[in-house]
Amino acid sequence: MSETKPKEEKKVSIVLAEFADPGSLLQAAVKTREAGYKAFDCHSPFPVHGMDGAMGLSRSPLAKIVFFCAMSAVCGMIALTYYVSVVAYPLVISGKPFFSYIAYAPPIFAVGVLTGALTTVLGMLALNKLPMPYHPLFNSANFARVTDDGFYVTVQSNDPQYDEQKVKSFLASIGGKNVEVIQG
Amino acid sequence: MKINTETFKLTEPGSFGRNALIVGAAGLALSAAGYVMDSKQFFHSYLVAFTFWTSIGLGGLFFTLLNHLVGSEWSIVLRRISETIMVTLPIMLVFFVPIIFGFHDLYHWSHAEAVDADPILKAKAGYLNPTFFVIRTVIYFAIWFIFARMLYNMSIKQDGGDQSNNERMRRISAPGMILFAFTATYAAFDWLMSLQPHWFSTIFGVWYFAGGLLTALAFINLFAQVLRKNGVLNNQITIEHYHDIGKLKFAFTIFWAYIAFSQFFLIWYANIPEETIFYLDRWEGSWQSVSLLLIYGHLMLPFLWLIPRATKRSLPAMAFIGVWLLLMHWVDLYWSVFPNFHEHGFQLSWMDLTTMLGIGGIFIWAMWVRFSKNALIPVKDPKLDKSLHFANP
Repeated sequence: MSETKPKEEKKVSIVLAEFADPGSLLQAAVKTREAGYKAFDCHSPFPVHGMDGAMGLSRSPLAKIVFFCAMSAVCGMIALTYYVSVVAYPLVISGKPFFSYIAYAPPIFAVGVLTGALTTVLGMLALNKLPMPYHPLFNSANFARVTDDGFYVTVQSNDPQYDEQKVKSFLASIGGKNVEVIQG
Repeated sequence: MKINTETFKLTEPGSFGRNALIVGAAGLALSAAGYVMDSKQFFHSYLVAFTFWTSIGLGGLFFTLLNHLVGSEWSIVLRRISETIMVTLPIMLVFFVPIIFGFHDLYHWSHAEAVDADPILKAKAGYLNPTFFVIRTVIYFAIWFIFARMLYNMSIKQDGGDQSNNERMRRISAPGMILFAFTATYAAFDWLMSLQPHWFSTIFGVWYFAGGLLTALAFINLFAQVLRKNGVLNNQITIEHYHDIGKLKFAFTIFWAYIAFSQFFLIWYANIPEETIFYLDRWEGSWQSVSLLLIYGHLMLPFLWLIPRATKRSLPAMAFIGVWLLLMHWVDLYWSVFPNFHEHGFQLSWMDLTTMLGIGGIFIWAMWVRFSKNALIPVKDPKLDKSLHFANP
């Protein structure tokens, strides 16, 4: 579609195949996984139930990242409130001890929650490599229908068992239509 | 226990209900002996047991109202359990009767001469007097009874194929929810907060409700696991449903802590003697360790336990935390009631156990009698299929 070239030195070519409906996309995902391909992906206009299992995706590490970051924020806030109220600027407020952690519980809690929420959003974007302003698939006129009624399986050339001809015939054999090779 | 897989009715109820009745009757008989021996100890233990089981009933009512209100799909297979808990709640009114005889042992404000000598209690006497107290409790139970029966009857009719009430169940739940909030709040004020008639906290009712709902979730979880152990509903209540109950337990663990902390936080900050007395009493002698147990046992352990996905999807892990949460809710109520009696440190009594088993046994038996009569899941609910095939992402 456009003549823009990706900036990376290593060019990835992609084999694209179209499928008729979510059901056949799901079956195609299972067959592609069973054929041993690793660097493949499925594209559809909406989430397809059971796709994670069909593609053999493992669970996202996001939860662990969020837990670690939120707990770090809680520890950081405890350290900060301690430093401010005991070391840097000790003040007696209504006769209470310098480090009245009870008074700091709400900000400690709130910063913990805020960090958790931000880590969730930013971590999700980072793990999905978003935002992604350019992708070789945009070069395919056929692929534009992915936001409308198109269901696609793609296999990338960085797959260990990638062989352009074999992949093309494999995708055609499992019911893929309009098989095309997109140069990255 | 045997189930007909077509109608989902029990063909043979097994010995579960009978065992509960035996435990309940024995517990009540022993407690009655305790009343003769030491009435003050008996009434305090009894009040803890009464508020404990009532809060489970309230939790069941809330869970049913909530799921109708939001139109939840995942929870349909659990609905009959929570509905039966809620429709069993009114029998707690019978268990309220002994408390009327224990007014003088429990409530300082019930002594006329004490009220006369105390200007604060005199000013509160329009609200805090035995007659109005009993009337209010009857009103609470009447409201709970009406909503519980209406929703339960519609649900049973639905089993027979009557789909005309599906939308009404949701519409009834909205005013039900509002009345629930008021009645549960005032019930907690009356039964528990008025033990210290000079002390007040507006969030007290939410604290009682939060603990009750958490305990009801644990109870529903354990009840489903008892069924599972007997090979009933194994393919209907799946690990996905336990996973979701686990998430709710996690959420309401935090909610309980948030509310309990909010109450403490404001009183601690303002530092006014008439308010701080509540926490000072609970920091005296061995009460301090009970207060700390609530922080570590009612918040920290369930919080960390329920974070990982793996524990929420493990039946033994969920059974453990279910039993643990029931225990912690009892500790929470014990911590609320008993410093008025054992002022300088807690002293466990065998009556604490027998009153819990007595009321609990009868509650579970009454629940079981009703539960085993009807289909164990709402067989004709249009959302049932979605609930049966529900899966967490």
